[in-house]
Amino acid sequence: MEIGFYPGCSLKGTSLEYNESVITLAKAFDIELVELNDWNCCGATAAHSMDRELSLSLVARILALAEQQGFEEIVVPCASCYNRLSTVQYELAQDTKLLDKIVDIIKMPYFGNVKILNVVQFIEKYVQDNLAAKVVHPFRHEVACYYGCLLVRPHKILQFDQLEDPQSMDKLMTMIGATSIDWAFKTECCGAGLSVSRTDLVGRLSGNILKDADDRGAKALVVACPMCHSNLDMRRPAINSYLNKSIDIPILYITQAIGLAIGLTPKDLGLDRHFVLINLKD
Amino acid sequence: MSHCYQCGKCTAGCALAADMDYSPSYILRLLQTDDEKNYHRVLSSEAIWLCLSCENCLARCPNEVDIPKLMDYLRQKSREESCVNSQARPVVAFHNAFLDSVKYTGRLYEVGLILGFKIRTFRLVQDLKVVPSMLLKGKLNLLPESIKSRKKIQRIFSKTIDNTK
Repeated sequence: MEIGFYPGCSLKGTSLEYNESVITLAKAFDIELVELNDWNCCGATAAHSMDRELSLSLVARILALAEQQGFEEIVVPCASCYNRLSTVQYELAQDTKLLDKIVDIIKMPYFGNVKILNVVQFIEKYVQDNLAAKVVHPFRHEVACYYGCLLVRPHKILQFDQLEDPQSMDKLMTMIGATSIDWAFKTECCGAGLSVSRTDLVGRLSGNILKDADDRGAKALVVACPMCHSNLDMRRPAINSYLNKSIDIPILYITQAIGLAIGLTPKDLGLDRHFVLINLKD
Repeated sequence: MSHCYQCGKCTAGCALAADMDYSPSYILRLLQTDDEKNYHRVLSSEAIWLCLSCENCLARCPNEVDIPKLMDYLRQKSREESCVNSQARPVVAFHNAFLDSVKYTGRLYEVGLILGFKIRTFRLVQDLKVVPSMLLKGKLNLLPESIKSRKKIQRIFSKTIDNTK
């Protein structure tokens, strides 16, 4: 079975292991993720912070490409891309005058009918039913599922899970044998796009998230967003210096945790690309 | 904006309210006064550029005031009217370096982004320590990966942000 795939820029660079683990996991369930041809960047926070029509047009081109290439559904693992694609599709559906203007800028037909799935929705729809039967190494660890901002907000548009205490990742982790802990920072912001320009603030925000998970006994954090991952993993020196202690909890993408449970190798899942080593004891 | 009755839930839930010169609810109050001077204070504030677009404010607002969208509008106006707060320059430099990469390659070229940011902010040594391990882990592509339709992306830029500069 083939489904459209929009990796986004992070998955082609600093979050290569997310790309590897999503594709490998899909393959294990006989699904081929077909990358959109000639896709462009969604513009992320930079575009919508600087110019609304730029942001709308960059995303509209991506969605128009998906339509043109015959995809009814696309998987978008990056939470930021998922949020931008969904938001723009919603905004263009609300305002025909704006839609005409954007279509004139991108010079492509646009219908707005591609279904956009985040990685958790993809797993729920295509992996979950056959998951239990495939688990060979139960992931018997206490985990804190961290959803961040852009996977669940704005709820009115995304209609995914619930706002303050989402459960979808917790349910999936429980299915593979993990114990998901109850904690307070599930949807707090990690500092996202300020990672380079204000690393000090990211150290503090991500530090508070990690500290709560650590205080409550989590042995790993599970995420579904490349920005959350790089802030919590690559920015660990800034976090530890803010907390004035060294926390060595590893950060795993949900696709990596599930991949390990069904017997995929750490190498196939890109686990060697993390900064904080994954040293979970059974 | 007129729907805001100053309950302050946005500010209470904002991860960076304490670091802002004006909190989200105060920004709304300033705008509600419909006073040109207050509008200018908002446009030249650091707060609008510190806002992470995490959307917690909107999620918790009892009147569904779309503060994230308002922040986008204010940032765009602040840039167009050249009153960007001097403390916020690194944030804007990052956005500019990011968009340059998208304009010329169609995608985010991370090495180019970081170099563009360093040149704009003179922060030449920042993050150098992390480079060797990023290379070892295969997380940095030294060469940009360009898309075929670069001209189409450049057209999008010339019809939007480059048209308003």
